[in-house]
Amino acid sequence: MDPVTALLVTVVTAATPLLFAAVGELVVERSGVLNLGVEGMMLAGAVTGFAVTLTTGSGTIGIIAAAFAGAAMALVFGFLTLTLLANQVATGLALTIFGVGLSALVGSGFVGTPLPRLPRLDLPGLTDLPVVGPLLFGHDVLVYMAVLLTLAVAWFLARSRAGMILRAVGENHEAAHGLGYPVIRIRYFAVLFGGLSAGLGGAFLSLAYTPMWIEQMTAGRGWIALALVVFAAWRPLRVLVGAYLFGGVTILQLHAQGMGLFAVPSQVLSMLPYLATIVVLVVISVGPWKGRLQAPACLGRPFHPTH
Amino acid sequence: MTVARLVLSGIRKAYPGVLANDDVALTIGQGEIHALLGENGAGKSTLVKIIYGVLAPDAGEIAWEGRTVTIASPHAARSLGIGMVFQHFSLFDALTVLENVALGLDAKLDRKTLAERITEVSEAYGLPLDPHREVHELSVGERQRIEIVRCLLQNPRLLIMDEPTSVLTPQEVERLFLTLRQLAAEGVSILYISHKLHEIEALCDAATIMRGGKVVAHCDPRTETARSMAELMVGSSFAAPEKPEKRLKRAPRFSVNALDLPTAEVFGTALQGISFDVQVGEIFGIAGVAGNGQSELLAALSGERLTVPEAVVIDGQKIGRLGPRARRMHGLAYIPEERNGHAAVPDLTLADNALLSAFDRRGLLSSGVIRHARASAFAREIIDRFSVRATGPMARASALSGGNLQKFVVGREILQAPNVLIAAQPTWGVDAGAAAAIHQALIDLAGHGVAVLVVSQDLDELMGLTDRMAVLNGGRLSRPLVTADATVEQIGLLMGGLHDLPDEVPQSDGQPEATHAQA
Repeated sequence: MDPVTALLVTVVTAATPLLFAAVGELVVERSGVLNLGVEGMMLAGAVTGFAVTLTTGSGTIGIIAAAFAGAAMALVFGFLTLTLLANQVATGLALTIFGVGLSALVGSGFVGTPLPRLPRLDLPGLTDLPVVGPLLFGHDVLVYMAVLLTLAVAWFLARSRAGMILRAVGENHEAAHGLGYPVIRIRYFAVLFGGLSAGLGGAFLSLAYTPMWIEQMTAGRGWIALALVVFAAWRPLRVLVGAYLFGGVTILQLHAQGMGLFAVPSQVLSMLPYLATIVVLVVISVGPWKGRLQAPACLGRPFHPTH
Repeated sequence: MTVARLVLSGIRKAYPGVLANDDVALTIGQGEIHALLGENGAGKSTLVKIIYGVLAPDAGEIAWEGRTVTIASPHAARSLGIGMVFQHFSLFDALTVLENVALGLDAKLDRKTLAERITEVSEAYGLPLDPHREVHELSVGERQRIEIVRCLLQNPRLLIMDEPTSVLTPQEVERLFLTLRQLAAEGVSILYISHKLHEIEALCDAATIMRGGKVVAHCDPRTETARSMAELMVGSSFAAPEKPEKRLKRAPRFSVNALDLPTAEVFGTALQGISFDVQVGEIFGIAGVAGNGQSELLAALSGERLTVPEAVVIDGQKIGRLGPRARRMHGLAYIPEERNGHAAVPDLTLADNALLSAFDRRGLLSSGVIRHARASAFAREIIDRFSVRATGPMARASALSGGNLQKFVVGREILQAPNVLIAAQPTWGVDAGAAAAIHQALIDLAGHGVAVLVVSQDLDELMGLTDRMAVLNGGRLSRPLVTADATVEQIGLLMGGLHDLPDEVPQSDGQPEATHAQA
């Protein structure tokens, strides 16, 4: 593999966890719920995926367990904010802090234990093609799942009746309730999907990206995923583009550090993806395209059916 | 004998502390347009929600076409043949007309068939609609058409219309009435909820009047007078505002000159070259359908947005560059449209709310420290002078009914002895008694030489209250008309976007003049 192809392949892997987390959060937000606990749910997925794979020896079971761990965290969030009507921002932040602590506790016995990387799909003939081969056909199953999941979500939101109802709930929950749609139940489903997807993103980190468990190994990716949703103006295909863009920035700064390209401290380069996030958010919120209709109108507003 | 379409008997619904519906009975015949009348809080919405399956009654019986039924959900209501057009449209701004209609339908049609059906129905009933436009691009009248078309697609046998005309121009109201009469002629029953009595006289075959959760009368609106129905609704007679004859002097007290203002919102309206004068002692009205620049104009006049100095002038002083507080010092008082959150803070006491706009002119501060006793005394004065029903200056604003809070806000501004008063929708969502009191207060204020500007969507209010009025449409203001000489048709044409009236105003086609009766 030549260096450029190697670089591009790493961009794909850096983008995958972002894509999982962001597309899940996108569905949550389109239903009108703001879950800031993505980071916590990713960590729960990461540690569960690692622990289960290590004990059962099966990556598949590990991945499934990670998805369920993320969903379990989301269920806690859903119960607090949808049923008990707790403040979504505060609850989301608490979920992240909870996830950091819980994953550290669960994972304390696994720190430093190595695990074989998830197997890469190997399609004879195709994978051996120059450049395209490793780039398109040399990844593990989660990379493809992330892309397929995003496409499926895009289709679901734009084309299916259930997706239309989900968007309607996020746009005007009073009206949706008035028409007889179960707002709270729909939001539960969305929140659970968000948890599931964040859990998969976490599993990718601990099973494929760097196959081991380190405390707080998500390193802020949950927050970048949240920013990505805004960056993508709540549109799934733009999330796909955004995730690969941010993945690219992450990898570039790594390589720039490795090669000592710039005469700046490596910490400054490590800041790049996060700085890019802030810059993108600022540009989006002041530009002429800022618009009320970009964000779901009921985003973050608790729904309490009155009479 | 035909079976009545819907018979309600003994309907009862209690909320903690309130009996919202008490032994309510209602019968709607086939093809009948039945009015449900009552003030805010009379229990109309609760009753309608019970019929539409949003609420379950605590007791009582519902018979649909002779059969006793339980309506457990809006879904169940729709499958019986009950359709509802909500007052606050249950629409989704970011979705297309087609998607909005699909969400309200239980039948799952594919997009193409549905688009065809929408076009079909909208043509049959004179409700033109493009299925592929997004709702936020549409006018309020068009939005209402979506709701109606959505209902009609399900071939309803009972159509519930909740205050359908509050946001329409007079021409749109006439068109809506034609549609409703056509439906009734086809045998559809209509339950028409309103507090606009002249509409009910013009449209409905029967009326049920509610007050305090009970039915107080069943009557035939064609034989009742608007006045008698109003008294049944309010439960007592109240004084209609009296307006003395007056000769206006030509002495501008408040002038707006060539005001241009770009909009601050994505779907807002920019103001273009707005000019008008309000004379000493005059009540000047600005009519128009919401979203034609009202919020921008009010922000520019109140000082929430600044303009060039000469654009806004009080008694010869250029104040366009000054903020709200400095404008108040020049004698400008302002009653915003939104009571909760703009005119008053719901969680604060009345004394604190009185302080918020009056601290300068009523001397309620001393070196930055609040003089609580004075603020409290001022609140007490407002409560007494404007008969605000509240427990006292320490009552929270949120504990007051809409009408009482509005009287408090109006009183707070008037007692600051302004030279100019700007009132936005001063009687929006206020009961008839409070509305009459507020109108009287504005008339009295003008009698003392104050220039009063009323911005309202309620044409009846402006016709009854103002000396002159102009229409705001698409951010431009028409030339002012003398209210006594203006007709509802003229105003309606201006509201619909005709900027200069033709010399000959089209006559109404022999239909009785419906929109002029005094409520």
